[in-house]
Amino acid sequence: MTPLQIIFLIVAAITLGGALMVVTTRNLVHAALWLVLSLFGIAIIFVLLDAGFFAVAQVVIYIGAIAILMIFAIMLTRRVAKDSGPQINATWPIAGIVTLALFGGLFTVLQNWQQIHVLPPSFPEGYDPLQQLGVELVSPNGYLIPFEVASILLLAALIGAIVIAWSKTK
Amino acid sequence: MSDPVNLIANWLKTVLINWGVSPTWITVILSAIGVVVLASVVLVLDIFLVWVERKVVARFQDRLGPNRLGPFGLFQPIADVIKLLLKEDITPDKADKFLYNLSPVIALATVIMLWAVVPLAPTIFGSDINVGVLYIIAVGSISTLGILIAGWASNNKFALVGAFRTVAQMVSYEVPMVISILIPVILSRSMGINTIVHSQTVWYIVLAPVAAIIFLISSQAELGRAPFDISEAESEIVAGFHIEYTGMKFGLFYAGELLHALTLGGFFATFFLGGWRGWGVETYPILGIFYFFVKAFFMYWVIMWIKYSFPRVRIDQMLNLNWKFLTPLALAALIITALLDKLFQNASYSVYVLVMFLSNVILLYIAYLVVGSYARAERKRVADPEKIRVNFPIKSSGSTIEPRSTSEGAHV
Repeated sequence: MTPLQIIFLIVAAITLGGALMVVTTRNLVHAALWLVLSLFGIAIIFVLLDAGFFAVAQVVIYIGAIAILMIFAIMLTRRVAKDSGPQINATWPIAGIVTLALFGGLFTVLQNWQQIHVLPPSFPEGYDPLQQLGVELVSPNGYLIPFEVASILLLAALIGAIVIAWSKTK
Repeated sequence: MSDPVNLIANWLKTVLINWGVSPTWITVILSAIGVVVLASVVLVLDIFLVWVERKVVARFQDRLGPNRLGPFGLFQPIADVIKLLLKEDITPDKADKFLYNLSPVIALATVIMLWAVVPLAPTIFGSDINVGVLYIIAVGSISTLGILIAGWASNNKFALVGAFRTVAQMVSYEVPMVISILIPVILSRSMGINTIVHSQTVWYIVLAPVAAIIFLISSQAELGRAPFDISEAESEIVAGFHIEYTGMKFGLFYAGELLHALTLGGFFATFFLGGWRGWGVETYPILGIFYFFVKAFFMYWVIMWIKYSFPRVRIDQMLNLNWKFLTPLALAALIITALLDKLFQNASYSVYVLVMFLSNVILLYIAYLVVGSYARAERKRVADPEKIRVNFPIKSSGSTIEPRSTSEGAHV
């Protein structure tokens, strides 16, 4: 086993374990922090895939912004630690079947895929995937329009937030 | 002996090859050793920083500082560490024990993680990733999380208020900080920190003084140091998020803050003062470490200088400064830099530098005029307070204050 595979197995176990703890733990703040751990695991998997930019963006956006916002919201809500309802409701067998079917389907598909044992080729000398990504995002032949549409959507959300927060008195 | 670090690394590599270790495992082993060595050096440096901080603040306050233990009081930090280790370790009642103990670790670990991307010399650096700049921001957001956990797990209202203040401050000041680091990224055409240093034939503080100033102010806020220390304002919320921590757990927060100050000083040096650049570095790469630390400690001293010279700002002033001044200024600087960079990219480098410098000076002057007019308006507002209508009589403990003129009300 190569070191990369060992790291992948450990990280995958942490990610899945963290995700399981998110839905099973009773304390909401703990659930949010388990989610952070799970998201961090995904960032490490991005690193293992040679996608440094996505790893860092994952940490900045999901941990630095979304998770902190969620923890903030939970902390500002009263009686966070008093969640005493059952963690599992009556529909769990259906969820279990769907999950098993999904896992089985993915497993068979990947098992029959020939390329799964091929190692990814390393980047040629002087090739910067990050630069390529940047060029593609702003080139008319690439993803310029989706990029701009997404920017306008975010701008609209930003203005909407300001309008909601605007105090009408004064 | 121009580069002992890589010499030792290569020697270890040949030793391991002779032992018959496979190349991938050699990479893993050498990286692990590198991590341990770098983290240890940084942590030992941290003990020394306690002495530096205390000595410098003493000079600013016209005192002598630690001067009894060892030459110039150099052994004082060791005594401090022993004291912190011997103190009673208290965990508050109903605190979340695991998170309570985890958060000091996060606070210090995130600072050490930053050193992974600092280029100490042309050939001596932890890791040269092509997203180094974003990595710094990412690690910074994890440290925010650590503080939030500390405030919540302590089961203390002051700690929680302090944590909220810190998070509000760090999340807001991240914005101008990111924009100001983007300007060196534009100038060097790379997010890799090594490339940024390599392309600084002229230090970027000349090409982008506005970005440098914004970076300095926002790093002061990221550190939570005065004038932005409302997160631990002693007069308001006792000690903020680390109110309940004792002994070495407090020590870890303290050490983390000191090291973070030096680290951000180091990043300022890397982005704007040419990092390890200096005379003779091409032939003797080891000299780069010396130049880097001279610049980093100079910036650390500047950060301390600001900290011990300014009074604390209020939370609304802090947020106003960020959202109404620093962020627009940073955005303006970014747009101007990007435009001028495109216009003058074919011009000779001296013209390019001159244009960048002049545009920054003009921008600074405009910013100065804006701040000046705001300050004048504010001074006028404070000097001439609005009249508030108060309804008399006011009931105060036992006695009733009678109105001076009319019975229905008076202007005070």
